[in-house]
Amino acid sequence: MSDSILVTSLEEALKWGTGKSLWPFTFGLACCAIEMMSAMGSDYDWARFGSDIFRDSPRHSDLMIVSGTVTKKMAPRIRRLYDQMAFPKFVISMGACASAGGPYVRGYSVVDGVDQVVPVDVYVYGCPPRPEALIQALKMLQDRIVSGRVRH
Amino acid sequence: MEDKVIEVNFGPQHPSTHGVLRIKVKLDGEIIVDAQPVIGYLHRNAEKLAEMGGYPKGMIYIDRLDYVAALNMELGYVLAVESLMDVQVPERAQWIRMMMVELNREASHLIWLGTHGLDMGMLTPFFYCFRERERILRIFDEITGSRLLYNYFAIGGVYSDITPKAMDMIREWTEDFIPKLEEIQSILGKSYIYVSRTKGVGVLTREDVLSYGVTGPMQRASGINRDVRKDSPYLYYDKINFDVPTRTEGDVYARFLVRIEEMRQSARIVRQILDKLPAGDHYNKKYSKPMLVRLKATGEAYVPTESPKGEFGIHLIGDGSSIPYRVRIRSPSFANLSSIPTMLKGYKIADLTAAVSSIDPVFGEVDR
Repeated sequence: MSDSILVTSLEEALKWGTGKSLWPFTFGLACCAIEMMSAMGSDYDWARFGSDIFRDSPRHSDLMIVSGTVTKKMAPRIRRLYDQMAFPKFVISMGACASAGGPYVRGYSVVDGVDQVVPVDVYVYGCPPRPEALIQALKMLQDRIVSGRVRH
Repeated sequence: MEDKVIEVNFGPQHPSTHGVLRIKVKLDGEIIVDAQPVIGYLHRNAEKLAEMGGYPKGMIYIDRLDYVAALNMELGYVLAVESLMDVQVPERAQWIRMMMVELNREASHLIWLGTHGLDMGMLTPFFYCFRERERILRIFDEITGSRLLYNYFAIGGVYSDITPKAMDMIREWTEDFIPKLEEIQSILGKSYIYVSRTKGVGVLTREDVLSYGVTGPMQRASGINRDVRKDSPYLYYDKINFDVPTRTEGDVYARFLVRIEEMRQSARIVRQILDKLPAGDHYNKKYSKPMLVRLKATGEAYVPTESPKGEFGIHLIGDGSSIPYRVRIRSPSFANLSSIPTMLKGYKIADLTAAVSSIDPVFGEVDR
């Protein structure tokens, strides 16, 4: 009998469900977006980790992957897209450019880090990060959500 | 109901913009009256930053221009620097460069084919194309140690020689690729929906192409037989056999056929290079790494190369110091993108994604 009944609180079940069904937002900025596509493509297939459906609308998605250089012209749009997403929402900053400006940090039109525009949960290093690194970031975010160590 | 023109904003966030393109579309019902592309959402000062370090350091910014075909970008820069400084490059290095560039052309066209299918509402070609692309990326990973941005071509050669394992991988790939390509082509080309959505859509005439400076597969789909590899051969393109595919229709379907045929020709080039690859050094010993940072140059050099998107040129001006005075980039996607107003006027709003994705724009290169 004890094998077939699971006792949990609603909150715990919600955390588990949120973590294991993150829907990412199809939002590519630059080079890293190609590696993000590789991660969702045939070889890496990150649908295995529960976040299978890339949504085209911010209102359907939980996870924004900022994949590429954030310019001053693009930054207000990123904030607007982030505001359009429904709670709970999470952000992965993918690559050196999104995390800290990367090789373009000396440029006049580049925002040095997307965390100046939207709050970031997980940073991924690399220029560009390999798909494995992005999948590790996803797993890290999932673990945090399930154990309740995220902001929302 | 009175006739009213409404303005619709397409992008900069849209799955079919291939990055961060924004198009201001004016619509009369379903018909596009006017379409103006707005660019600059990925402007990251590649030209100016390349003028801040030494000649070898500029490479990382050139790499990130057209990030799906980074080796083709590197080749343009490296050839420009070498022609500016009169650097001798060993024969083997040139052949390796040629092979890598053609492999990267395949990877770039595969990513175009996959995302083009996605824009036309088909998910299957995406997975097929990425499966094939990953094989090429594994070859690159074996040779250069990187998957997407390589920094592999150096002034005077290439950084590492091709290993026997990589040779086997490439040989295996050339044998398998063509049947796989035919499979992918049949998914799209035999689909009634795909063909009827692309035939006669986004037509650019010969005159339009010439007046906008459109190059690459788009130009060849409109009946102009022009390819830098054939017309002014660089590397050893004059020593191998390949055809330049052309079509005369100038629509999206013609561009699809031209790119598919180009992939076949690239595989043919790679196969020939595998047989011809000579033994020898893979870099000029005079230009070993510690010396690179002190390279000085005077004068001007412009080298056009055929990138997967079109004619890619680097214009370098050296003022005698170790940093370039000017790095001017002639990016093909920028010129191709300027044809959007002509290409879309008069068509339905549903044709917009088909036409835009047939340009194959990459925004690192458009905005620089």
